[in-house]
Amino acid sequence: MTKELLSLSVNGERHTVAAEPHHTLLEVLREELGLTGTKHGCELGECGACTVLVDGEPVLSCLTLPAQVRDREVTTVEGLATGERLHPLQTAFAEEGAAQCGYCTPGMLMSAKALLDRNARPSREEIAAAIAGNLCRCTGYTAIYEAVEKASARV
Amino acid sequence: MSELSVVGRRLPKVNSWQHLTGAARYADDVVLPRMLYGRLLRSTHPHARIRAIDTSAALAHPGVVAVVTGRDMPEKMGIMPSTQDETALAVDRVRYVGEPVAGVAAVDEDTAFEALSLIRVDYEPLEPIFTIEEALERDDVRIHDESRRANVFKEVHLAFGDLDGGFASADHVREDWTFFEGNTHAPIETHSAVASYGGDDKLTLWTCTQVPHYLHRELEKVLGISRARIRVIATPNGGAFGGKSDPFAHEFAACLLSMRTRRPVKITLDREEVFYAHRGRHPVLMHLRTGVRRDGEITACHLQTWLDGGAYASYGIATTYYTGALLTVTYRMPAYKFDGVRVYTNKPPCGPKRGHGTTQPRFAFETQLDKIAHDLGLDPLEYRMRILQPPGSRTVNGLRITSMGLGQCLEAAGRATRFSERHGQLPRGKGIGVAGSAYISGAGLPIYWNDMPHSAATVKIDRGGGVTVYCGTSEIGQGSDHMLATVVAEVLGVLPEDVHVVSGDTALAPVDLGSYSSRVTFMAGNATKEAACRLREQLFAVASEKLEVPTDRLAAAFRRVYDARDPGKGMSFVEAANLAEARYGVLSAGGSYRPPKGIGGDYKGAGVGPTPAYSYQAAVAEVSVDVETGTVTVDRITTAHDCGRALNPVNVEGQIEGSAYMGYGEIIGEEQVFRAGLHKKPSLLDYKLPTSLDTPALEAIVIETVDAEGPFGGKEAGDGPLNPVIPAIANAVYDAIGVRFDETPITPDKVLAALGKRDKRGEPKERVGPDGLGSTGKRDPKAALRRLTFGTEAREKKRDATTGALVESAPGGPGPEPGTPPVGSR
Repeated sequence: MTKELLSLSVNGERHTVAAEPHHTLLEVLREELGLTGTKHGCELGECGACTVLVDGEPVLSCLTLPAQVRDREVTTVEGLATGERLHPLQTAFAEEGAAQCGYCTPGMLMSAKALLDRNARPSREEIAAAIAGNLCRCTGYTAIYEAVEKASARV
Repeated sequence: MSELSVVGRRLPKVNSWQHLTGAARYADDVVLPRMLYGRLLRSTHPHARIRAIDTSAALAHPGVVAVVTGRDMPEKMGIMPSTQDETALAVDRVRYVGEPVAGVAAVDEDTAFEALSLIRVDYEPLEPIFTIEEALERDDVRIHDESRRANVFKEVHLAFGDLDGGFASADHVREDWTFFEGNTHAPIETHSAVASYGGDDKLTLWTCTQVPHYLHRELEKVLGISRARIRVIATPNGGAFGGKSDPFAHEFAACLLSMRTRRPVKITLDREEVFYAHRGRHPVLMHLRTGVRRDGEITACHLQTWLDGGAYASYGIATTYYTGALLTVTYRMPAYKFDGVRVYTNKPPCGPKRGHGTTQPRFAFETQLDKIAHDLGLDPLEYRMRILQPPGSRTVNGLRITSMGLGQCLEAAGRATRFSERHGQLPRGKGIGVAGSAYISGAGLPIYWNDMPHSAATVKIDRGGGVTVYCGTSEIGQGSDHMLATVVAEVLGVLPEDVHVVSGDTALAPVDLGSYSSRVTFMAGNATKEAACRLREQLFAVASEKLEVPTDRLAAAFRRVYDARDPGKGMSFVEAANLAEARYGVLSAGGSYRPPKGIGGDYKGAGVGPTPAYSYQAAVAEVSVDVETGTVTVDRITTAHDCGRALNPVNVEGQIEGSAYMGYGEIIGEEQVFRAGLHKKPSLLDYKLPTSLDTPALEAIVIETVDAEGPFGGKEAGDGPLNPVIPAIANAVYDAIGVRFDETPITPDKVLAALGKRDKRGEPKERVGPDGLGSTGKRDPKAALRRLTFGTEAREKKRDATTGALVESAPGGPGPEPGTPPVGSR
């Protein structure tokens, strides 16, 4: 397969990478850009571990081709903090024990960020609906609700 | 001990920040220069002889660098030294669909995947065995030639106390058949390993394993190179739950491919492969007979278990014993008999999943206790409270009980849910149920016989006040790194954030046996505490002289060493450390832990069950059953758990909630089930992990009994809280609709069928579950055998029809696509 040049804007930086055209955004982020914070649990769109934001909306990067996001802004977990300042979701997740093994966490954080960006004070039902596509096998989701609520109070 | 400065506080885990910023490096995140990518070819047959494997076309494929097969590492291996029946890749024979047969290393993953389809395997299909009954009866079909009787892997018979007398003195005897369906761990991270064999003839393996030490031993055995030249680094596990505690084919294959190519090799399993790698919960058929007096006091108990082990041993010998061993530690039981049988079948091997082997009999026992309470007109919660095994006692099978908080757990969960006023009083369709349970804080014995510590740690103090703890524990999300930092910080009087944790690395850290059976807090915690206490002695010796305060009056907290009576009088931790280094030289100390002797019985089989301390837990489940759709909605699960002492309450609550979630999934829908050896639902979508919208409200209550031998009084919290949730939900469903579920999972179709069925008297059917071994309703074992034989013959005919074509086309011709099921499979 021949590689093709493609240009991507990720976490505010413009990147030009050579990648095989059938490779997914997930693969390009992890393998070409070294952004391994975005995880994969199935590569079939079932687990949500690979969730990133595209123009602020949560997207499954394992089902997205880079060509689809060419002129758009991609945000990964590495872009969640602002400079030295962690996002309130990150501190709240730490305080509430919302990350156990941490593997679903990057995707979970991105879904939660998208929620808080459009709804600063979500109810628990709204939080549950927003993260329904992000499977967590460790926490039973309770600590995640508590962390999102805590972060929402601080945003 | 003076007041605690770190233990018991709600602090963020020391390793949280890496997880939350994407910086944590899991196995698949490891990238090395010149790295190759590997894939495994897996069997398409449940049972077949391998006549030949032709790898020439794969090797000739552009981009392929090496191919290995089972013949390249035929050494037998397996996690339990006494039952090693596996090879890294299949040699001559495959025993389940998905069994690894060959490994390919190529310049990228796509090429490796393409190459798999170029490997020609000539299979001669053999008759498969899929059920416990077939495995027991079919002496003519042997999955392992070594089995002494049919396909029996292990048989256990143990008896304690006067069983006949106990049953004779009973006023009421209950007998129940129960079936617990198999299910799997499904961690969100799929297994991954990166091996690098260097020019120095040393091998390093990064892998998400729960047991770096045991893996280290198996690598030496299979690869034939000295352990001194192998380094295993357990990467942070993206969830494990028991599913990463065996040595796996992809680990050996990555190592051998790296040795052959002298390049790093990474193999990451895809999701479907993880379902076939399995090693999860055994399907277990159980018969439980319990005698009680009129007041409910147990007089005798006889448990029989039949475990469907799948194709290989894994931890199966321990699992078999565990289905019997812990039934005695919760409620008084003067006589107990246990008969366990584990069989081989042509399905992926079962192994340990959270609650290892104790979850299934706990389901049988706690649902039966609910029935006994009902039979005798007792409140099921108060009933349990009255028959508790006392603390500081011995069970009939010789197990030492120390701290025992089941009573407090039942009371707390009952109070929080107003159980006793609501049980039996709710409207039809609404129910509430309770169950109790127990688990071990690590096994009393290691898996290979030795007199060495089960856990060891080294602690080192830096001149700048930083502290490093080295321990072989594997961080699987349970918070073991934070636990190590907590213990060290508490003893030395620093903060967890001052502590660097080096864990899971066989070259840097002393041996810890691994993150299984909830052993780490108790064992590694004690080892680390001992190491830190040795260093504190040195700090206190120099501080005592300088401050002119006797050492027994000194305390250490918040980065200071000070006079406990006059806290203003003291010095900084750094100053004390510098004085101590000037006096003693390097500030480094080791500590180790081995469970005490004499905590179990003295009989063959007494090795499984003893632990330095049992955890206890009780769950109350509240459910709503929709009688129109059969859907069981669990509204709330309240779990109270006796963890001795919560070293970090946030983490303990997280374990309790996560266990409740996982138990909920097991009874409400998860199942590892097969059709002709093929997994029926090998994807997260079909297997149906509970999502946030499914999961009930979870309430965690921490009960502290402060165990005398635990680190700061701590016991386990990782496994136990799962166990009571499953029977509590089944008991709640009975309370809601009057149907006993003596099998898992409780799915809407089963609920609807039960509600629609009537017995001979026209009453609604009262139970769903098995009626015996090899029976689907009749107690005639010969009828069961006839059905089995008929089924096997029918399948054999079908199999000939389908596989015949494959065999013909196999050599040279366009063979079946690897990973594709045989065409027309049932």
